[in-house]
Amino acid sequence: MPSPDAPHVPLVALDTLWFQVAGTLCNIACTHCFISCSPTNHAHELLTLADVEPLLAEARVLGVREYYFTGGEPFLNRELLPILEATLRQGPATVLTNGMLLRADVCRELRALFDASEYSLDLRVSLDGFDAASHDAIRGAGVWERVMTGLRNLVDAGLNPAITVTTAAEGVATSDGRARFLELIRNFGFARPRLKVLPLFRIGAEETRTRAYEDWERLTSDALTSDDAKVLQCSSCRMVTSRGVYVCPILIDEPGARMGATLAETLRPFPLRYGACHTCWVDGVTCTT
Amino acid sequence: MTRLAFIGGMYSNYHALVATLADIRAHGADATYFLGDLGAFGPYPDRVPELLIERGIAGIQGNYEESLSTRADDCHCGYTDPRDNYFAQLSYDYTFAHTSDALKDWMGTLPRTIRFEAGGLRFLLVHGSPRRINEFLWRSTSPEPFLEKLCRDFAADAIVCTHTGLHWYRALPDHRHIINAGVIGRPANDGRTNVWYALVDVDGVNLRVEFVPVAYDHHRLADEMQREHLPEPFIETILSGWWTTCLEILPAKERAAGKF
Repeated sequence: MPSPDAPHVPLVALDTLWFQVAGTLCNIACTHCFISCSPTNHAHELLTLADVEPLLAEARVLGVREYYFTGGEPFLNRELLPILEATLRQGPATVLTNGMLLRADVCRELRALFDASEYSLDLRVSLDGFDAASHDAIRGAGVWERVMTGLRNLVDAGLNPAITVTTAAEGVATSDGRARFLELIRNFGFARPRLKVLPLFRIGAEETRTRAYEDWERLTSDALTSDDAKVLQCSSCRMVTSRGVYVCPILIDEPGARMGATLAETLRPFPLRYGACHTCWVDGVTCTT
Repeated sequence: MTRLAFIGGMYSNYHALVATLADIRAHGADATYFLGDLGAFGPYPDRVPELLIERGIAGIQGNYEESLSTRADDCHCGYTDPRDNYFAQLSYDYTFAHTSDALKDWMGTLPRTIRFEAGGLRFLLVHGSPRRINEFLWRSTSPEPFLEKLCRDFAADAIVCTHTGLHWYRALPDHRHIINAGVIGRPANDGRTNVWYALVDVDGVNLRVEFVPVAYDHHRLADEMQREHLPEPFIETILSGWWTTCLEILPAKERAAGKF
């Protein structure tokens, strides 16, 4: 149930623009996915280059600092590389991927884009455990092996992704757990291991895997002023999907989080009325790297 | 024509500061400014501020001066990775313990920004960015439209900053400019031991930026760091020119250019 007394967070500056470039389509169906992506989830569709271009033009006028691409699985989108090329002409880009479609030729093309652009092109690859068994329990049988192939292709292309791991990987948020995970990444062949740990959001598939938010897991304006709220990522980001522009990358299944059709329509405060907002505040989440 | 010199983060590297000031004098600068972060990785943190006061150099607070003057318990460097924060804390704790109260108070009197006009250009000096003292303006993640917005929002034609440790310059349309002066506190993660400052010539609305490499007695600095039991990775950076710590924050492009 949304919180009636929710604090509002102003959009201080639109620094980070997200594109749900693969919609909710994914080649796997993780049991913790907060937007329940799968091969058959068409809630949000793929974005084409023609969809992205007017938003990039608007972002340019607004002085956006960085661009992120996610899904679903972005590499399912055949226009991803042209979209990245267009984006890198005006700013840095990061792609969030499950790593399964990182063929050797794709990695070489990414490396060519990386070298040709004056702005950074970065990748984030998701893992969900310290080994194949725990990872595949969440992501599906055989997924770990395919990710390992993708990671080897990245090593061969000389690209160094950040590995994103959710707290579904037991103990990863502790300093020992981090150290173990960094060693694991080093063993994949990355001499400079990069790790980002993310909490789980109790929405979408995760709501079934563990539990939904309780009513008390809501932000209220006496617990959090709008000045406090300015540290939250929704004070500096918006998310574009095939259905419009949403407040952030997490809430795209909430009709109330759709703020407009253009960026200009979304430059206003947003009420932090959802359970996921509570997680963002309590855990200090940012979806950026 | 006016010639301006800008000195970025000094990180207690007073040997580099002495060499830089001599170089600036040799280049005949009309004015010199420092951009904050007087302390950090190096030894004897009182020596840089003492020298700046003695020479009457004007400048602004960095996040270090803000933290030291308010007696904060960390540097508020803006790092996000625990590995960066671990070394940042070692560095801050040493600097805090070895900076006199009088100098901490003096740091609190420094302005956060300086504005002036040179030629036909409005200059704005900041530590990180005009928005935040500890915002990182890296070359590869500071696109033109974003920088143009900063110039518009803060009514400036030339913004001069530091904080990242890496120098760069971007000319924007309509005679606007962003200059990251780099730092003289540690090398620029390029395998060379020299450090860098920025010389800017202004002639009407025309501006020319030169980043000047400065060699200094880095072996002597390394010996002193050793004597003060500062962390070995900090010393390695001074001797090798490659960053060994506080580099998880680097964007992909800048990271790929370094050794670690």
